[in-house]
Amino acid sequence: MSVSKDHIIDFIYEEARMLDEGRYDEWLALWLPDGHYWMPLDYKQSDPINETSLLYEDMFMLKLRVERLNGARTFSQKPKSRCHHVIQRPFVDEMNDTTFVTNTSMHYVETRLDEQQLLALTARHDLTLVDGTLRIAIKRVDILNCDAAFRNIQLLP
Amino acid sequence: MGFHVGNPKTAVDLVQAHQVHRDVYISPEVYALEMKHVFANAWVFVGHESQTPNKGDYLATQIGNQPVIQVRHKADDIHVLLNRCPHKGTKIVIDRQGNTGKFFRCPYHAWSFKTDGCLLAIPLKKGYEGTGLEKTPNGKGMKAVGAVKNYRGFIFARLAEEGISFEEFFGDSLSSLDNMVDRSPEGRLEVVGPPLRYMHHCNWKMLVENQTDTCHPMVAHESSAGTAVKLYEEMDLPEGAPKPAAMQIIAPFMSPYEFFEGMGIRTWPNGHGHTGVHHSIHSDYSAIPGYFDAMVETYGEEKAKAILDENRHNTVYFPNIMIKGPIQQLRTFIPLAADKTIVESYIYRLVGAPDELTARTAMYNRMINAPTSIVGHDDLEMYERAQEGLHVNGLEWVNISRLLEDDENHDEEAVMNGTTERQMRNQFDAWCKFMTYDLDQQGPKE
Repeated sequence: MSVSKDHIIDFIYEEARMLDEGRYDEWLALWLPDGHYWMPLDYKQSDPINETSLLYEDMFMLKLRVERLNGARTFSQKPKSRCHHVIQRPFVDEMNDTTFVTNTSMHYVETRLDEQQLLALTARHDLTLVDGTLRIAIKRVDILNCDAAFRNIQLLP
Repeated sequence: MGFHVGNPKTAVDLVQAHQVHRDVYISPEVYALEMKHVFANAWVFVGHESQTPNKGDYLATQIGNQPVIQVRHKADDIHVLLNRCPHKGTKIVIDRQGNTGKFFRCPYHAWSFKTDGCLLAIPLKKGYEGTGLEKTPNGKGMKAVGAVKNYRGFIFARLAEEGISFEEFFGDSLSSLDNMVDRSPEGRLEVVGPPLRYMHHCNWKMLVENQTDTCHPMVAHESSAGTAVKLYEEMDLPEGAPKPAAMQIIAPFMSPYEFFEGMGIRTWPNGHGHTGVHHSIHSDYSAIPGYFDAMVETYGEEKAKAILDENRHNTVYFPNIMIKGPIQQLRTFIPLAADKTIVESYIYRLVGAPDELTARTAMYNRMINAPTSIVGHDDLEMYERAQEGLHVNGLEWVNISRLLEDDENHDEEAVMNGTTERQMRNQFDAWCKFMTYDLDQQGPKE
């Protein structure tokens, strides 16, 4: 199957919607087994391994993060947080036979109890076509004010 | 309570051997006294020399609530100056780090200062002739802190002009800093990247006390570490398959009480202390190829082994930092208000050691100390619930009596069962001492 630009753009929208609706099992199924979610700490950071990042998580860590949200003794999720993505139409920056790169600007809102925070961010997705299905190889999320002191960010932009 | 407003002599009444009054955490008046006395009389961490490697490099931070600048004046000479123009009070630098060249120049009226703070020039200076400006502190230049010490690359400062010496303040507790630096085959650390910055709506002391609180990990972190262990077991990997990296970092938090009892706590005079006397959650990290050989080359086998066999977990340096020697981290708990603290978590590279060691400390930092860390979320929830719960009237004391002994003397080093709250009591003993140090050098309480 060949992949159209619209397919790719719809995939990005659908991913954001899964996160907003808490459909984490579906969301985890979007990833390649060796995929990584990266949220750099430094503006224009190039090394996820040998410098501190906010997140650089493999599938084990992402599963753990999702599993923990529903834990009986996860006190920081009693009550639960909610999140909301408002995304701009993604740019499709690269289209090869089976690999694709998108760049998406978004506003991410996370709320719990009386607190609500707004983050402006840019997400880069490296996608791979496997057996006719798009999968996430790398998702890189750059927060506009990555150098600011944050309160908890408990869900995933 | 209110009776201690402006009076450090009565503030120390908030501390008893087995309990502390909630005002030490929630009262703005007590916070103001801490900033004026405790943070002025103690030696407080400022930065690492590798954050200001070249002449004119500066770093802007805080000692308590006082804005300061760490600046390299000469190749081997780092100064710490108060970050205000002596003219109108404008902060001289506002970015967290940079290079100022040969001098600081106030952006408001262009008063300029050498990088040791001395006044260099004032535009239209003759307008001050006969006004006596040069006789006032404002006419001298940027104010410096009372004393500065560069200890193996770590810059500490005392705001007070007179007071306890660096050596007396830290004493034998410097062995933890020594061990962290000795782990570099070249005996030198370098900062790696900016720190994580995590905002907490709680008192700074709650965070410091948590560093040696060994009865909370298996409870508060069950949600993260317990779930990690469960997920790993469900994976049912074949014998010898590599463990997920997260397991090495997070799973030890689920160790049972007996593990933490046996790991031991050591306390030193002036509020310093550490967990992990005998072993710690950092003991079982896998060896990194090439590292031990590099260490042996520098130190010889016996000393290299001794350095690496040290598994100190968290070392608290009173008042407000914690270091982790085995993974080269430093966390500073910067107080912003009675109920507001920013935590900055730094990692360092062991100069001359393999990159894998830097990768491990970077991984630990993001997994445990980040505002996006599930372990961080567990802790912040507890601190902030306590900050709110402490406002309950009629039950106004916080208990710190676990394994309290009748004859506890915090002027002496001690090694205890790892679940004692002695280090918390030790911190409050130092808190009283430095709250009143400038008033009464004889000691803390009557």
